Amino acid sequence: MADQTLPIAGTLDLTPPRIEERVSVLEWLHGWVITVDHKRLGILYVVYSIVFLLVGGVEALLIRIQLAVPNSHFLAPEFYNEMFTMHGTTMVFLVGMPILFGFANYLVPLMIGARDMAYPRLNAFSFWLTAFGGMLLYYSFIGGFGLYGMGAAPDVGWWAYAPLTAKAFSPGHATDYWALALIVSGFGTLGTAINVIATTLSMRCRGMTLMRMPLFVWLMLVVSGLTLVTITPLTAAQIMLVIDRYLGGHFFDTQAGGSAVVWMHFFWIFGHPEVYVLVMPVFGVASEIIPVFSRKAIFGYPAMVAASVGIAFVSLGVWAHHMFTVGMTSVGNTFFALSTMLVGIPTGIKIFNWVATLWGGKIRFRVPMLFCIAFIFQFLLAGLTGIMLSAAPWNWQLHNSYFVIAHFHYVLVGAIVFNIFAAIYYWYPKVTGRMMSETLGKWHFWLFFIGFHITFDTMHFLGFMGMPRSIYTYEPDRGWNHLNMIISIGGMIQGIAVLIFAWNLIHSYLRGKEAGNDPWDAWTLEWSTPSPPPVYNFSADPEVRSRRPLWDLKHPDDPDWKYEQ
Amino acid sequence: MSAIPMSHSAEPWSLPSRGRVAMLSLIIGETALFTIFVVAYIYYIGKSLTGPTPQVLELPIFNTVCLLSSSVTIWLAERQIERGKMGPFAAWWAFTIALGVVFIVGTGMEWHKLIYLDGLTIHTNLFGTTFYSLVGLHATHVVVGLVMLTIVLLFTLTGRLNPSHNERVQTLALYWHFVDAVWVVVFTVVYIVGR
Repeated sequence: MADQTLPIAGTLDLTPPRIEERVSVLEWLHGWVITVDHKRLGILYVVYSIVFLLVGGVEALLIRIQLAVPNSHFLAPEFYNEMFTMHGTTMVFLVGMPILFGFANYLVPLMIGARDMAYPRLNAFSFWLTAFGGMLLYYSFIGGFGLYGMGAAPDVGWWAYAPLTAKAFSPGHATDYWALALIVSGFGTLGTAINVIATTLSMRCRGMTLMRMPLFVWLMLVVSGLTLVTITPLTAAQIMLVIDRYLGGHFFDTQAGGSAVVWMHFFWIFGHPEVYVLVMPVFGVASEIIPVFSRKAIFGYPAMVAASVGIAFVSLGVWAHHMFTVGMTSVGNTFFALSTMLVGIPTGIKIFNWVATLWGGKIRFRVPMLFCIAFIFQFLLAGLTGIMLSAAPWNWQLHNSYFVIAHFHYVLVGAIVFNIFAAIYYWYPKVTGRMMSETLGKWHFWLFFIGFHITFDTMHFLGFMGMPRSIYTYEPDRGWNHLNMIISIGGMIQGIAVLIFAWNLIHSYLRGKEAGNDPWDAWTLEWSTPSPPPVYNFSADPEVRSRRPLWDLKHPDDPDWKYEQ
Repeated sequence: MSAIPMSHSAEPWSLPSRGRVAMLSLIIGETALFTIFVVAYIYYIGKSLTGPTPQVLELPIFNTVCLLSSSVTIWLAERQIERGKMGPFAAWWAFTIALGVVFIVGTGMEWHKLIYLDGLTIHTNLFGTTFYSLVGLHATHVVVGLVMLTIVLLFTLTGRLNPSHNERVQTLALYWHFVDAVWVVVFTVVYIVGR
């Protein structure tokens, strides 16, 4: 059977000796700044996002302290508006997108057996554009009113509805920083999306056909395609906003015949698919982790691929469900209600397949798996409230209430953040060569899980009781006092959990136990390389014959390629 | 099963050109960008409250002919580099650039007339805002294209470009074809439907 040995490079290679070279801090820093290595750029993306995750988390906690009791004056009203604007913008553009594209950067070339991305220099350029965008946004705290006055961050909401963004209503430069930061980081995202598509289609190793790619790679391919047509409308709308503000244009100037509703359409044409840009990579994460910790191949691989592509297409035609209360024709209402409900079908297929993968599996409840299992059920609930909100009459009642906040945080935290944590616990050994602490990880999981449910389950009820979003404070006689206090306590618990996570990241890097190449007994190509993988990943181009190349290697008597078609 | 020799390496393994994939991805993204500006233009037709209307526009026939024929000349240039004939390639390539420059100069003259004769600027009214941003966005793409075409021409003239760069040149030409195709849409929307 010697002819059946797969030449998967890296497995046969010993870890190259890591010579502890003494380099000065400046040289070390220089090395990181000029790097074009996809793994280093991936790490830069993830570290950058985790820093902003902490910043955005602090902003969320400030909001929750302000809302914990009625008639509170913990924050000034203007500062409160800045906080919820910056919290939303940070979490979507400086945490969600960069961390997921960071995972893609690190993992896609490794998973498809490539030695780097298709365009390494474009890759570095995209990262630094994204990073510059984030710094530009936060510079507004200093320069928002111009350097002569007091600083101010954008305070127009992350959706920045016109005409509030007009020069007359938002003087100073805060809104300009917001628009320019999103344009700049948008170009970065576009560059990365193009890079991921080119890498996935043109850099696959021999035998890695499209239908043998790991699902994470598939999902990133779909997400990158969706990003191409999602980020650019936002860029277009931001360019229009900048033209309005700087050149005296009238796109969204209602005094001169412009339309505020057009901004809403343009923003949500971006804004809704954006949710899928954020959530689909974590579908990929779940589709990698759940099989490995259930000791079963993923159930219904082709259906998963088809469902992913289906979600991408459907997501492009649902944006106006954010605008039912603006007033549309009954045809418009019906169309967007039905198209939104349609999303439930491919998403349901996915949930079914994850559960079917668990079914009959030999489940190992390690920390990544705990996060993934919580993800499945939380994502299901988020989807159900989504279907409730897609019914236009229901939406008229609850739009812009805390029910909506609860719904989308169930997606963004309950699904996306949970799986981001799962991904970090799962791939941390590969990236650093060390395991993360399982004890601290369990503390992190349970505290975050409990805090999450205290906060966001309660928010649904607050929505039913009529509390609107984005309000500075409320009267004590509305009956919202206790629930708001509970929500804020839940927020604090989540904050503590994230601090444990941050401590775990640092502590395990210094003291964690050695991971070896393949600590989880996994099946995809990245686990065949040493941890951390050497520069250029593989010493020779690998060749694969099934979706689980490492399974084939470990079980030459019963390889997958015998059964897969 | 095990009796079958597993000589998978003999299987043909070909992947699409990464340049072409990346350029097509960029074009898809750019299409979405232009779509938003075109939609804004169409939506705001006739919504201006004051100032000049689209009637002040004149059909830029000569410009259009120049830009569209540049797609043909760049295609002829592509064919020459495929055959390895660098001389004719440089000639057709330079001719393409010349046609693009004529287009940009023509647009400049049109804008000069609109600004100084008709008093239409980007902040005059909605028509001005949408017209200058849509046509300006396209003109920006033409300028970017011209810069890249010129770089290739400089490489050709200094002898650094040879027929092995065929695929890269064709990838760049793809962008130029896209810019020309967008003009067909912009021309139809701005000068025919909107006038």
